[in-house]
Amino acid sequence: MDMIFGVPLPLLLGQLVLGLINGATYAILSLGLAVIFGMLKVINFAHGAQYMLGAFVAWMMASWLGLGFWYALILAPLVVGAGGIVLERVFLRHLYDKDHLFGLLFTFGFALVAEGLFRYHFGSTGQIYSNPIPGGMQLGFMFLPYYRIFIVGIALLICFGTWFVIERTKLGAYLRAATEDPVLVRAFGINVPLLITLTYGFGVALAALAGVIAAPIQNVSPLMGSHIIITVFAVVVIGGLNSIMGAIITGFALGLIEGLAKVFIPEMSNTVVFVIMAIVLLLRPAGLFGQEQ
Amino acid sequence: MQPDADVILDVRDLEAYYGESKALHGVTLEIRQGELVTLLGRNGAGKSTTLKCIMGAIPRRYGSILLRGAEVISAPSNKIARMGVAWCPENRGIFSSLSVEENLLLPPIIAPGGLSVEEIYTLFPNLAERRRSQGTRLSGGEQQMLAIGRILRTGARFLLMDEPTEGLAPVIIQKIGDAIRLLKERGYTILLVEQNFHFASSVADRHYVMEDGLIAEHILAADIGGATERLHEYLAV
Repeated sequence: MDMIFGVPLPLLLGQLVLGLINGATYAILSLGLAVIFGMLKVINFAHGAQYMLGAFVAWMMASWLGLGFWYALILAPLVVGAGGIVLERVFLRHLYDKDHLFGLLFTFGFALVAEGLFRYHFGSTGQIYSNPIPGGMQLGFMFLPYYRIFIVGIALLICFGTWFVIERTKLGAYLRAATEDPVLVRAFGINVPLLITLTYGFGVALAALAGVIAAPIQNVSPLMGSHIIITVFAVVVIGGLNSIMGAIITGFALGLIEGLAKVFIPEMSNTVVFVIMAIVLLLRPAGLFGQEQ
Repeated sequence: MQPDADVILDVRDLEAYYGESKALHGVTLEIRQGELVTLLGRNGAGKSTTLKCIMGAIPRRYGSILLRGAEVISAPSNKIARMGVAWCPENRGIFSSLSVEENLLLPPIIAPGGLSVEEIYTLFPNLAERRRSQGTRLSGGEQQMLAIGRILRTGARFLLMDEPTEGLAPVIIQKIGDAIRLLKERGYTILLVEQNFHFASSVADRHYVMEDGLIAEHILAADIGGATERLHEYLAV
């Protein structure tokens, strides 16, 4: 059997594929965080809870209304995103002129309340969500379920679409400009507060979408968000909080690095992301793709 | 009293605050259709703040600002912009994440009759050559041309210009001056903040002199000769 650095090749390739799939989720989540931070200058600690809400709304649609995965893929992000819009209008909006810490504390508080309510109601064991695309293909070194290919595909599509809108369209130019100088952009006649609200709604919808996608491959549990979000925060810190492309590339790359770590230094696989984060913070505090302010 | 139809801007007893500190103490001024009026005064006299208040960009402002007879003292600045007011800020406000052309095309068209992109490039040929560059890679003079050019596209007919000549070489100042005179010929109404009195007196119909957040003096262009000495006192640093 082929070996690379004393590791069987199939094992290595298998872990890389799994890493790519984890990376896809990291990329969507960190993209949402970066988009929100750019416009609102708020670190959205509710992101993990909103990811969890996306998965739960999909599960409720399936078990209470009989709506399948493909409906949930569209509807759950819309529902959770609309909730985000209400949250921004009613609460977050009043915190922009205060210290950034208030936005962080508020979203953190919201995450605790949301997770607490769901845990109280549903317990923490989690619910099963059935796989919408069963089956898979035999690659020789591993069995690759079709659904996992779908995850990577849709993540790439969403990441590229978001990047394109922000970097290449007129709406994106408004967003980029408003990130730099919201007062001036507003003085050109653009309704910047509305832009901010919609940006938050979009970022939250991205989190929910990642939740819907994750539902079939893991238990839909009230704690699923708080498990993943710590890693995702490390990802955006490494990529740079104000870089869209940085969030995407770092998301995928760290998924792969985690996969590699599982093969070569299994004891480190859970901490490798944080070690990288510490090193990046020491050498390039604004992140690999971030610009120094 | 029926407002005079010719009056574009009627500011009365305007007060403004930055946090707890009061920056304007009751500014009163008036501008008519097609006039070019300057606000002169030292740094910190309240000139830029007055412009920002008219644009709606200072949250804590009190008094009365009538735009063609409509009260806008508490209107959001995106509404004020839609009423045909455009602002060229002191820091020029060129966006680093946008190219020159994206900067130029950023402000939405709010009324017909603005300059076309070609006309703007004819007015400022440097911008055409560098349309693909990052906005903030332009020289100071080019950035100023871009900041003026982009508000001419929108169809706004009332321009608030904050020290367009600040820090620029004389040859560039002359170019900016030509552009401003052209705008005046075309019937734009302009409120111009200046510290460069020589430049101001070469283009303006009237001057308001500001000191300590108040209008200290009002001078017509015709009377400027007799007022030069007093003006130097106001403007001396």
